[in-house]
Amino acid sequence: MFARLPRRLPRLSALSSRPISTTVPKRSDALFIHRDTTYNNPQIAFKFNPQNLKRAEEIISHYPPQYKKAAVIPLLDLGQRQNKGWTSISVMNYVAEILELPPMRVYEVATFYTMFNREPIGTNFVQVCTTTPCMLMGSTDILKTTCAHLGGLKPGETTKDGKFTVIEVECQGACSNAPMMAINDDFYEDLTPETTKAILDAFSRGEKPKPGPQSSRQTSENSAGLTALASKPYGPGEFCLPEFQ
Amino acid sequence: MLRIVSSVSRPSSASLLAVANRRNIASTSARQADITLTVDGKEVTVPQGSALIQACEAAGSPVPRFCYHDRLAIAGNCRMCLVEVARAPKPIASCAMPAAAGSVVFTNTPLVHEAREGVMEFLLANHPLDCPICDQGGECDLQDQSIRYGSDRTRFHEIAGKRAVSNKDLGPIVKTSMNRCIQCTRCVRFANEVAGVEELGTTGRGNDLQIGMYVEKMMDSELSGNIIDLCPVGALTSKPYAFHARPWELKTTESIDVLDALGSNIRVDSRGVQVMRVQPRTNDDVNEEWISDKTRYAYDGLRFQRLTTPLVKGPDNRFVAASWPDALAAIAAGLNRTGASGNEIKAVAGHLADTEALVVLKDLVNRLGSDNLASDLAGKFGNAPPVHGVDIRSNYSFNSTIPGVENADAILLVGTNPRHEAAVLNSRIRKSWLRSELVVGMVGERADTTYGYEHLGQDAKALEKFLTGKPSGEFAQRWAKAERPMIIVGSAMAEHADGEAVFGMLARYVSGAGNRVVREDWNGFNVLQRVASRPALYEIGFVPSRAAASATPKFIYLLNADEVDPASIPANAFVVYQGHHGDRGAALADVCLPGAAYTEKGSTWVNTEGRSQLGRAAVPPPGAAREDWKIVRALAEVLGVNLPYDDLVGVRDRMWAISPSLVRWDGVERTSIEVAKAGLGSLSAIGKKPPGGGKMTLVVNNFYQTDVVSRASVTMAQCTRAFVTREKEELNSIGKEPLQAHA
Repeated sequence: MFARLPRRLPRLSALSSRPISTTVPKRSDALFIHRDTTYNNPQIAFKFNPQNLKRAEEIISHYPPQYKKAAVIPLLDLGQRQNKGWTSISVMNYVAEILELPPMRVYEVATFYTMFNREPIGTNFVQVCTTTPCMLMGSTDILKTTCAHLGGLKPGETTKDGKFTVIEVECQGACSNAPMMAINDDFYEDLTPETTKAILDAFSRGEKPKPGPQSSRQTSENSAGLTALASKPYGPGEFCLPEFQ
Repeated sequence: MLRIVSSVSRPSSASLLAVANRRNIASTSARQADITLTVDGKEVTVPQGSALIQACEAAGSPVPRFCYHDRLAIAGNCRMCLVEVARAPKPIASCAMPAAAGSVVFTNTPLVHEAREGVMEFLLANHPLDCPICDQGGECDLQDQSIRYGSDRTRFHEIAGKRAVSNKDLGPIVKTSMNRCIQCTRCVRFANEVAGVEELGTTGRGNDLQIGMYVEKMMDSELSGNIIDLCPVGALTSKPYAFHARPWELKTTESIDVLDALGSNIRVDSRGVQVMRVQPRTNDDVNEEWISDKTRYAYDGLRFQRLTTPLVKGPDNRFVAASWPDALAAIAAGLNRTGASGNEIKAVAGHLADTEALVVLKDLVNRLGSDNLASDLAGKFGNAPPVHGVDIRSNYSFNSTIPGVENADAILLVGTNPRHEAAVLNSRIRKSWLRSELVVGMVGERADTTYGYEHLGQDAKALEKFLTGKPSGEFAQRWAKAERPMIIVGSAMAEHADGEAVFGMLARYVSGAGNRVVREDWNGFNVLQRVASRPALYEIGFVPSRAAASATPKFIYLLNADEVDPASIPANAFVVYQGHHGDRGAALADVCLPGAAYTEKGSTWVNTEGRSQLGRAAVPPPGAAREDWKIVRALAEVLGVNLPYDDLVGVRDRMWAISPSLVRWDGVERTSIEVAKAGLGSLSAIGKKPPGGGKMTLVVNNFYQTDVVSRASVTMAQCTRAFVTREKEELNSIGKEPLQAHA
């Protein structure tokens, strides 16, 4: 009985000690302050082009004049689109100027929403969803494939040729077609590693593959075929009394 | 992302008067019905619209809080003020919940304790354990409340796991340590609502939320020091005071600020013979609980450039230290030598002269047969009686009173920028401007006021056009319809070539408007004094007679007079300077007498409203310096003049005899409406000549350095470099802060 004691003692002490570092420090993926750089500083001029200016005026007209500031998100989005997909400090300042807001109010909005990219991105912005439904359907493979296919990127990085930026995103709301990724404004769904590669190749050639499910199914219909409403839908007057037929 | 009262719809541009379009988020109706509810078994009655936390407070049940502050908008983001309300499914944040009639509230149940403990645990999850090296220690809400309400053990064991946030450079006043921030956003709300610096905000979200300006920028506000008091943790601390003292070492003295004419209530914290810091004291009638940065940080000027011993100019024109009897004898000899008599004996009162000393000096000079009592108004104006006269107090006072600003519905600023002449008053105007339909018009040099205004012109001619012509424009229309119109004339107008014309035309306008501007319940004619001594100066009649004004002085007594024009002092005159700093006044003197600064004497100060308040001595005067009225009294003895008082009580009896309101401290005595109207009538008689049209320039160009104390202050010099001359502040950049020279 006592002979077993020495063997148990270390175990006991192991239980009562705690490893020094039990969690990975959580670091944010972006800076929430602005530092002037050569490509992003207030001296770089930004102005809406005539079409966008017209569009901006139209957006502002949706809101009562004293609540002009409500247009800050659509205008930032417009600015981001015009500015190659990212919101520079000049874009924010310009939006603040248009809406007669203190610039800080615009910075607050732009830093709050993750879809405003405050650093430059590649021509094609690949957002791979890795939230639970997509993950269950194999999004880990999709992400790996994407990163490997684009030359061994890590999520958050841009390819050397500036054609692709890959990031991992939370649910995009296309769970019925998981796994999915969004490239620019389009969803590519029902992905497999092969279709993923094909899509990325098409984009790198400058083409735009057809968005939507990359499998054979229509939108998000049941992949096992129809299980209900499988018979021919009846037409007008069918099964009615003769006088109504 | 706060819901804050913003001026978004009121940009300070030309289009700012689109008032009809403006709606405020916080515009609750002024229904004052009372409601009754039960807190911890106690029935309390509070006004409808009170927050639940106020009801708890009223019931005597303390509720811990971080983000809630009486004078700021409600954020409801710290969750520390959770209470239990009967029939509510969850604990309720009492700051964001309106008190409802009949509700039953508990602040001391196991559920509440557990909730507080949980909130505390989350707040501390990312808070560094650096209390021993944190300047907030001893007056830290987080520290106090975690002792009182927190758990006594921790469940967090990460060593590398706390959030790290970069520090921000907010300028020479606020030191940041953003790791300690708990995101209560009090500073953000203060900056946006009260100070009008709409550059501070929150960036990021969730765990990444941080306070800052996003871009690298300093907080350019004359009220920025208040965010240090507001910060419940050590994230924002005082840079000049960093690591100088702990709160429990300090002796607290309640006193009055004299660096502007507002008479802000302050608390002087001292250790030994040194003033360590100055903090605001709550007085809703004057400064609420804010003070300006000059009030707060000019105190280090009290350590430099001080006169500590009497100085007598020797034959080689150099000052030689002397004993008090020798210095006073030298003055008596000087007076004899010059042969000055009657109005050739002149006294000049400066910015920081206290009422007691002024009274004693006036008595002395009058008994020497002179009426030549000048002040250091700019140029020739100090030597003449002031244009507004001193016979009727309402002609030179802020008659609407400081809280009265909040009742005004239209304000006309004439030749003044309240932001720099009375910073705390300016925050009241901003508050009113944000919360009501107040419109502001300005005649004078354009300035950034933190609220929008319509600029009506730069000179007296523009004012005349506005008052007597048929002005068009939004402001004029609103002004014509205003029920409580308010005119604020800057004290600089008494030092302006068109001063007579301006006061005259305003008095004629106000008299002509019947009961519109001045009536029983509203006196809208205000003069905003910017210098602490002047209301008292006028109150006791420390002004020259017409005959005295033209006399050539042979003996000049400068009492704290540092802004005096050297050209007004004849070369052969014998000059005595009494004051606490070796500045411009002392340089002109033949004999210097070291007086006490405002933190070193118990004296009366009259603010721009005519409110007399009692300053108290926090520390002894340095070296051989003495209280000012005693010096003058001693000099009277040496000159053989018999003054009928030997102690402070006697001096105050004399003040009572001159004007009882001088010793009725803390109250404002209203000028009766008949007297006020008579005063305006007498003002109407002056300035009938058409104005010359000289531009009304800003009188305070550098807010941070306006008097001897602030000119001697290191902190104020740094502020001047950072915010006025905009030099690059290498010394104060983050991470390489050197110890202050006076550490």
